[in-house]
Amino acid sequence: MPNLSYLRAINRALGDEMERDPAVFVMGEDIRLALTNTTIGLLDRFGEQRVIETPLSEQGFTNFATGAALAGQRPVVEYQIPFLLLLVIEQIANQANKVSLMSGGQASVPVTYLLPAAGWRPGWGAQHSDQPYSMFAHFGVKTVLPATPTDAYGLMTTAIRDDDPVVVFAPIAAHGIREDVVFADLAPVPLGVGRVHRAGSDVTVVAVGHLVHDALAVASELSDEISVEVFDPRTVYPFDWNGLAASLDKTGRLVVMDDSNRFCGLSAEILAAAAEQMHLVAPPKRVTRPDSAVLGCVPELDMTLQPTREQLAMTIRMVAKSGR
Amino acid sequence: MPDEKSVPDEKTGSLPEDLYRTIRLIRRFEERAIELVESGDIVSGIHPCIGQEAVAAGIGAALRRDDVMMANHRGHGHLLAKGSDPGRLLAEMAGRVTGVARGRGGSFHPSDFSVGVFGSTGTVGHGAPMAAGVAWALARAGTDRVAVSIFGDGAVNQGALLESLNLAALWHVPVLFVCENNLYATTLPVQTAVAGSITARAAAFGIPAATHDGMDAQVVLDATAAAVARARSGEGPAFLEFSTYRYEGHHTFERSVRLRYRDPAEVAQWRARDPMDLQGGRIPAGRRADIDAAVEVALDAAERFALDSPRPDPEDALAYLYSTGLRLRAGVVG
Repeated sequence: MPNLSYLRAINRALGDEMERDPAVFVMGEDIRLALTNTTIGLLDRFGEQRVIETPLSEQGFTNFATGAALAGQRPVVEYQIPFLLLLVIEQIANQANKVSLMSGGQASVPVTYLLPAAGWRPGWGAQHSDQPYSMFAHFGVKTVLPATPTDAYGLMTTAIRDDDPVVVFAPIAAHGIREDVVFADLAPVPLGVGRVHRAGSDVTVVAVGHLVHDALAVASELSDEISVEVFDPRTVYPFDWNGLAASLDKTGRLVVMDDSNRFCGLSAEILAAAAEQMHLVAPPKRVTRPDSAVLGCVPELDMTLQPTREQLAMTIRMVAKSGR
Repeated sequence: MPDEKSVPDEKTGSLPEDLYRTIRLIRRFEERAIELVESGDIVSGIHPCIGQEAVAAGIGAALRRDDVMMANHRGHGHLLAKGSDPGRLLAEMAGRVTGVARGRGGSFHPSDFSVGVFGSTGTVGHGAPMAAGVAWALARAGTDRVAVSIFGDGAVNQGALLESLNLAALWHVPVLFVCENNLYATTLPVQTAVAGSITARAAAFGIPAATHDGMDAQVVLDATAAAVARARSGEGPAFLEFSTYRYEGHHTFERSVRLRYRDPAEVAQWRARDPMDLQGGRIPAGRRADIDAAVEVALDAAERFALDSPRPDPEDALAYLYSTGLRLRAGVVG
């Protein structure tokens, strides 16, 4: 059985979609040489007209992709470093994502924005380690954060086929995840549909991206004392509220593990929605980066700012004991 | 829909007459729109293009219907010159469901894909890279269609616009960059904002660039037609700067705010070279009167159509946000 890595899954999805639809092309920096591994082999297969190497002009080429999409193309735009998304938040949230509304439905912008190196890189400094998925969710931009190679393939495929802009975060910490797969079984994963990785009855842990694997490890570690359900929304926006509600109907207890900054981060919205509308028997808690955390360049300092398995285990125990 | 016969976009006369008709249509459309702002029917106010009509008219005449235009916040003239129905454009500005973009683009961000206007961004200068992307895709599809981005002098210091000049030149994109230099970015005089020159920016990327009289529609048409022909034949982008002037304020709010940043003598000097009178002087007086009358009839119908059109149902407030029909959660939990 083939063993598929996370980035190879994205690479495979990209290649399959380019094969399937001639309107799909990829543009970005250093993609001919596949610096981030997502475009390996694509130049040879599809040529320079579909693997577009760009100068360092992120605002320009992001809007360029919007234009190409308006004229019938399906661009995939790659950004090497998370903060580049801050440079183009206007182009994505205020331009591309508003075309459907501002045109009264005359047009759509089917662009996929791929961030293959999201999150912390040990020692790489303050401007290479952000994880700004909550920001796109705040603006209503469809945003996915796959945890496994299978989901990376499936969500990347769906993002490309979706008629609206979609941001795909591929956290660095998930790149090492591998999975035995049957290639013929790889399939699109719908947006807004979560996945229960592990069923449980005492506490629901919501985790996204690479943190799903931390949550699974902790759930396993605690299995003798607490039955933990691990719910992975897979899509940050639109969020699978029904999936979360179904899990909370069983457990009534919620812990969220989220690599966002705490203030106005994804976990804040999940806790608020659960508190307002769902079945809870104990106050929910979360394990996140601190408020507006800036991860610097000293690994041992950075580690203290990030959500850890130890914090999660402690929090699950607290929530399991609280309430009635 | 308005009476088709009332829409004055059939090319019935000579070229000078057609140019005059477009200028006259835009002028009177804007004057009536200002009245509708004052009556409260157009809530947003508008950015009037009165004084700049020759640029729109000349560009519109140089393009085919299937060419693409990215307009801007001062874009009513651009849409009319590209062939938008005046009634549907006015309905758009008045927030009616019969608008060119079902009322969701408004005066500031209208688009009309039926005539090739793909958008009007309010982020100054950012339509340029979009137009470049459109043009690149059109060429990639094997067509000879071109795209035009129209922006003001305020846009030429935007990084995204300069980036798009680089991309367009690098990739030989069939796009025209058109700068309507009306001397002011809102209140900021161009000479206090632009180092070097506007055309030198494009020239630095190897894009042919020249400045032309933007008050003379024939001059605009000739310059644009040459650039379009060049782009169609695969020779890449061009940059056109048109010297022009807006008679009104940046936005209709200036009618009450009365910002003082222009010398009345300067306004009078530009009004003396009025593009409508300039073009009107090139056609027989009788024809001019006929056209003027026809434009009034058409705009009477357009205004009736717009104001008689239904307003959107508040139930539909979240419609069109996503192409896939995704519905959002409401802001209040029941």
